[in-house]
Amino acid sequence: MLEGLKHPSSDVFFKYGSLVFAASVIGVIALSMVVLVRGAFPALTSFGFRFLTGVDWDAAVGFGALPYILGTLVTASIAIIIGVPISLGIAIFLAEMAPDAIKVAVSNIIELLAAVPSIIYGLWGLYVLRVWVANYVQSPLQNSFGFLPIFSGTSYGLNFLTAGLILAIMIIPTVASISREVMVSVPISQREAAYSVGATRWEVVRMSVLSYSRSGIFGAAVLGLGRAVGETMAVTMVIGGATGASALPTSLFKPGQTMATILVNQLSEAESGSLQLAALLGIGLVLFAIAFSINIVAQLLVWRVLKVQAGAVE
Amino acid sequence: MTLHLQTEEKQPLSREEILHPHRTLENSKVRTEDFDAWYGNNQVLKKLNIEVREHSVTAIIGPSGCGKSTLIRCLNRMHELVSRARTSGRVMLDGSDIYAKGVDPVTIRRRVGMVFQKPNPFPTMSVYDNVAAGLRLNGERNHSVLDRAVQQSLELAFLWDEVKGDLDKSGASLSGGQQQRLCIARALAVEPEVILMDEPCSALDPIATAKIEELIASIKGNYTVVIVTHNMQQAARVSDFTAFLYLGQLIEYGETTSLFENPVEELTERYLTGKFG
Amino acid sequence: MSNYSMRRFKNKLALWIGALCAALAMIPLVSILYDVVKNGASSLNVDFLTSAPGVIGQAGGGIGPAIQGTLLLVGLTIIMGVPLGVLSGIYLTEFGDNPVGRVIRFLNDVLAEFPSVVIGVVIFTLIVLTFKSFSVIAGALALSIIMLPIITRSTEESLKLVPNSIRDASMALGIRRWRTTLSVVLTTAKSGVVTGILLAIARVAGETAPLVFTILGSQYFFSGLNSPMDALPIRIYRLALLPYPYAQAQGWGAALVLILMVLVVNIGVRLATRGRLYTTRSRA
Repeated sequence: MLEGLKHPSSDVFFKYGSLVFAASVIGVIALSMVVLVRGAFPALTSFGFRFLTGVDWDAAVGFGALPYILGTLVTASIAIIIGVPISLGIAIFLAEMAPDAIKVAVSNIIELLAAVPSIIYGLWGLYVLRVWVANYVQSPLQNSFGFLPIFSGTSYGLNFLTAGLILAIMIIPTVASISREVMVSVPISQREAAYSVGATRWEVVRMSVLSYSRSGIFGAAVLGLGRAVGETMAVTMVIGGATGASALPTSLFKPGQTMATILVNQLSEAESGSLQLAALLGIGLVLFAIAFSINIVAQLLVWRVLKVQAGAVE
Repeated sequence: MTLHLQTEEKQPLSREEILHPHRTLENSKVRTEDFDAWYGNNQVLKKLNIEVREHSVTAIIGPSGCGKSTLIRCLNRMHELVSRARTSGRVMLDGSDIYAKGVDPVTIRRRVGMVFQKPNPFPTMSVYDNVAAGLRLNGERNHSVLDRAVQQSLELAFLWDEVKGDLDKSGASLSGGQQQRLCIARALAVEPEVILMDEPCSALDPIATAKIEELIASIKGNYTVVIVTHNMQQAARVSDFTAFLYLGQLIEYGETTSLFENPVEELTERYLTGKFG
Repeated sequence: MSNYSMRRFKNKLALWIGALCAALAMIPLVSILYDVVKNGASSLNVDFLTSAPGVIGQAGGGIGPAIQGTLLLVGLTIIMGVPLGVLSGIYLTEFGDNPVGRVIRFLNDVLAEFPSVVIGVVIFTLIVLTFKSFSVIAGALALSIIMLPIITRSTEESLKLVPNSIRDASMALGIRRWRTTLSVVLTTAKSGVVTGILLAIARVAGETAPLVFTILGSQYFFSGLNSPMDALPIRIYRLALLPYPYAQAQGWGAALVLILMVLVVNIGVRLATRGRLYTTRSRA
């Protein structure tokens, strides 16, 4: 009799068993941190703070990560500056302005863009986009303003600008679809308020939708930044792969390097136990820290908006 | 502009017209003609003919799901904002069809304002900006004009004395009843001809409700008000005319006192006496 | 009312700017599909798909090992990643309404957006350096970690759609929680869970960066789980960087094979579910 009243042990086992699996996420993140810190330790102790500010990349002189950190910042900024406004335009178009049939078709196509593997963007970037940038952006700019240092550089199209452009293309689907979702979650009553005082569709977007979803849209942009910072293969194939002081982003049309690309270019060939390997792992650690912080901020912003509002929309 | 209505041919009164004595009001402001409305395949309004007299308060009552909210949302073309919503028939505002081809719904909403069930001030705007929002959309930039309009509208909405020191505060920081009066002030500020109210007191306490009812009484001299309410006492208190809707059809329509005291239709009587709904 | 015509104009303008943005974003997709098909179609034949790469610098050879490697990796990743992800998703839906669950859900979302290259670096340090060998296992491990949070989330989203009444009905019959979850809840949500798994597979099949430091790439067919191995994305990368026209053509050919695999899964899933998974998908 009492047997049935006892706590069902197989259920307890199931609950905590599945918890162990779910908690593996925490394990993966903690383990990554430990592994990277330990691997980067030799470089961090030999160079100290200079690891973040140094520009050399040479076993004889030392290793500094500054050019790659800046390279990541520059390419990601180009991506945000170009990609976010376009994404917002798409999101507004899909959430508010477009006729229903077009909405469905366009959102499907945008989602497919997100599905194309990075390596294919890279291949296309190397053979198509690079040529286009070299011929239609770089030459005209260099012909007219070549005396400005920011436009100096080689003419192959393997440079920061091409890398930033391909990143912009790659973050658009993410930023657009999350912004769209955030906008759609704005309560109907907010739109009605604007419509009822005689607002046009665009004015409804401006008065109600955009002001209500600001923080969520900002979160979507930050998420896009996270993607741009961590994106690897496509950038590796178009950025040129400079190292040392020459990789500093002083011109849009210079070959460079980001944190992610130097890992792809050098890690698998770095000698076990070498300072170069430790320096590369140090770059991995910096990338980890930056990506982790960016994603936490982004998730907090987007998550709050979508989860909290999901309850509020009747 | 209402004269031509009287010149329409006189025909023998049909049963419809006996039931609905106000079908040919002298000073009709809004009139629906064989009006249907759908959500997808679900027809929520069926061949509706109703007339609203200028400078009066018309209440629309009926059990939930009878189409009363849909009806007023059709009077300023808000209904069509819901996807898969459509309509047929005509809605005449001052004698011209607001659903006619080429009519921009935005201009209609400018003339026919609306107040909603739940107060919905713009949360990122101040009290002042909330009231001024409609005027600014119409290009009004002159500060003294805006100041005067904001004050007037807030006074009409019985809110001025409570907020005159806090015009810069967020509209969302007011109490529920104040927020609803702010929304009324926002609607009044653009000086619409008709104001539609969709159960404006359903989210409010009795004191806030009383204030809004008083407000409705005080503005009806200058505006035409149509109010949807599930509260029959409220309809009896505030309205001059009452329409009873059931399952998307107009069952009975008449002066509020006569409809409440001597309903013609049995269905109306059963609803008023609480036998269903 | 000139002010009003101005407002109408702005409204139209906003619509057209939005449409323009959408059109701009579609240009790359069209261009990518066009170029991959145009440059890759000529390489496609049975020999190319089945034989090993030839001597570098001489035309001939194919991507047989790369296809084999991608299929093998995907298989191993499914074995490791799917049960883990599905069980995590089950925990989050069925027992995750507490602080622990919220922390896990949050970190899961963070990990889902994590740069895959970092995960590759971690596995490189942990496995490749320790065992002093690039290996299939290391690659599959990295891909499983990338797949885990995606499947966890899609599983959770699908299970959440199962109404509680179904859980109650089963529990009321005296069926234990775990049986209810596995045989009733999971079966009800099957199509959503499977959809999530398929999309996650399509995603990891195209991953490249983590493979560069784990399986490295190889000229040969499979020779053991603890040896280097080829995969389609790596082969595309290596071929694209070779200065020979034949190699570039082969790179496009390999890209065509990869993009077909990925898009067939994506379009197939989309057609089969017709927008039902719209919201859950767009956050992935």
